[in-house]
Amino acid sequence: MHVPDLAGLTIYRALDGLQKGEFTSRELTQAYLERIERLDPQVHAFLHVASEEALRQAAAADERRAQGGKLPALLGIPLAVKDVLAVAGYPATCGSRILDGFMPPYTATAVSRLQQAGVVILGKTNTDEFAMGSSTENSAFGVTHNPWDLQRVPGGSSGGSAAAVASGFAPAALGTDTGGSIRQPASFCGMTGFKPTYGRISRYGLIAYGSSLDTIGALAHDARDLALLYELMAGFDPLDATSLETPVERSQLDSQEGLKGLRIGVPEEYFIAGLHPAVEHAVREAVAEMEKLGAQVAQVSLPHTEYAVPVYYLIAPAEASANLARFDGVRYGLRVDSDDMVEMFKETRGAGFGSEVKRRSMLGTYALSAGYYDAYYGQAQKVRTLIKSDFERAFEQVDVIAAPVAPTTAFPIGEHSGDPLAMYLEDVFTLPANLAGVPGIAFPVGFDSRGLPVGMQLMGAHFDEARLFRAAHIYQSATDWHTRRPALEN
Amino acid sequence: MSLSHEEVVHIAHLARLALSQDELARYREQLSSILDHVAKLQVLDTEDIEPMTSILISQSRLRDDTPGACLTEQELLSNAPASEADQFRVPPVLDQESA
Repeated sequence: MHVPDLAGLTIYRALDGLQKGEFTSRELTQAYLERIERLDPQVHAFLHVASEEALRQAAAADERRAQGGKLPALLGIPLAVKDVLAVAGYPATCGSRILDGFMPPYTATAVSRLQQAGVVILGKTNTDEFAMGSSTENSAFGVTHNPWDLQRVPGGSSGGSAAAVASGFAPAALGTDTGGSIRQPASFCGMTGFKPTYGRISRYGLIAYGSSLDTIGALAHDARDLALLYELMAGFDPLDATSLETPVERSQLDSQEGLKGLRIGVPEEYFIAGLHPAVEHAVREAVAEMEKLGAQVAQVSLPHTEYAVPVYYLIAPAEASANLARFDGVRYGLRVDSDDMVEMFKETRGAGFGSEVKRRSMLGTYALSAGYYDAYYGQAQKVRTLIKSDFERAFEQVDVIAAPVAPTTAFPIGEHSGDPLAMYLEDVFTLPANLAGVPGIAFPVGFDSRGLPVGMQLMGAHFDEARLFRAAHIYQSATDWHTRRPALEN
Repeated sequence: MSLSHEEVVHIAHLARLALSQDELARYREQLSSILDHVAKLQVLDTEDIEPMTSILISQSRLRDDTPGACLTEQELLSNAPASEADQFRVPPVLDQESA
């Protein structure tokens, strides 16, 4: 039996092969595991590869397939999962020493829905510690390398997931997006990635970073694969108090009419001095292509865009400081012993947390502390309302907003090490969608002169995921940026 | 906005972080720089703006108080750094001179 080339293999193609009996899930899974073993030492996308368990799941999927009848939608399809999501039977480190060895006793709802759909979970992917970062350099277990250029970052915080799919280690991977952590690594690695509307996909089992910002999403080779994953994961979950009851619309991806009827807004505030010319060029070309496909393009304004960085870097650290208070050495994870409990907390956290986590914990603690709450956190929450209103107003004029994902393409490992603020400023284009709670999809639209991928994002109104998947799919049906592969083997 | 050494020590204490002198100095500089940047927000007039406490949900959702499945004691203790019988074992909590 013949397993096709894994680099660029989509979920749809894999399902087709399994259905036609071209290969079994066991063969497919074995092929991925071999590729990971051979090439991941260069990339370091995975923190944990569960070979035996994955093969066991694959064998079970093959048995189920042999029984026939109505089969689960993703039966036998391998998947990688970002290490901030709890999967029973697999470790969850969140890229942190403080959770080294931790084995979650339950599984995140988003993952269990995909398990019910029959996926095979290959392992857990690398992440910036507790999802705090934009390069995966903040992982306590080593940086992930961008398969397009191993000296460069894959982006973050879902860098492991992005690099895994780009390297052909899995057809898709789950990630999380709190400030851009799916869209930006998708852009840096030439992948397609989405974040849903806040509340669409249950956060139960996601180890929390910023509770009003965190979303679970996925990265894959194209929008069609992502739409399938989205439809399986999304929907009300009683285990998440912020989960929405709004029904999940199925995406009608194919169209005889291209993008006719789609109104695209291009926000002037995103085309600023710091935007790299190659990025601007590729994004504007993509918008022009969408216009050729029938869309109408208009300039829009999101006037509070420049405040997204300060708003986010007050709200997210504040929420993180509260969420990370639970890591104290008492019930799980690292413990540094002491004669006194408070000293134990301090020593455990001092030893277990990396510098970015400590920085944000302190920033958040300060912003919430007595005397400073109103000026910092309180003010940030009000400006957040203004940012959300910007989007609501724009969506009265247009259906989707097209914008760059990051000011640059993938930067070299170590470039921003000395300057946390410089790193924060890289997030300027992705943060607004998290602050407003709107959905977004990022997909490749070109390359720079070094051969590094450039991504673009489409952002939609709350609940408008179906329109985003459709627009991206139609663009991808007319272009081939998303089919390019890094030359990893050489 | 320049944080003093004492302020950083206090924040570290509130955040329950044991930091070296080097770390304290480094974070003092970095946090001061970040706080300078976020001070940008002060220029905005937000007098009549409601703070966004939640994206879309305006009310907490409640359910009936009926017990359901939960994790077993064994599962809950399975990751414990130290446990005894059915409890997490921790050092004693002493009176603090400086809270």
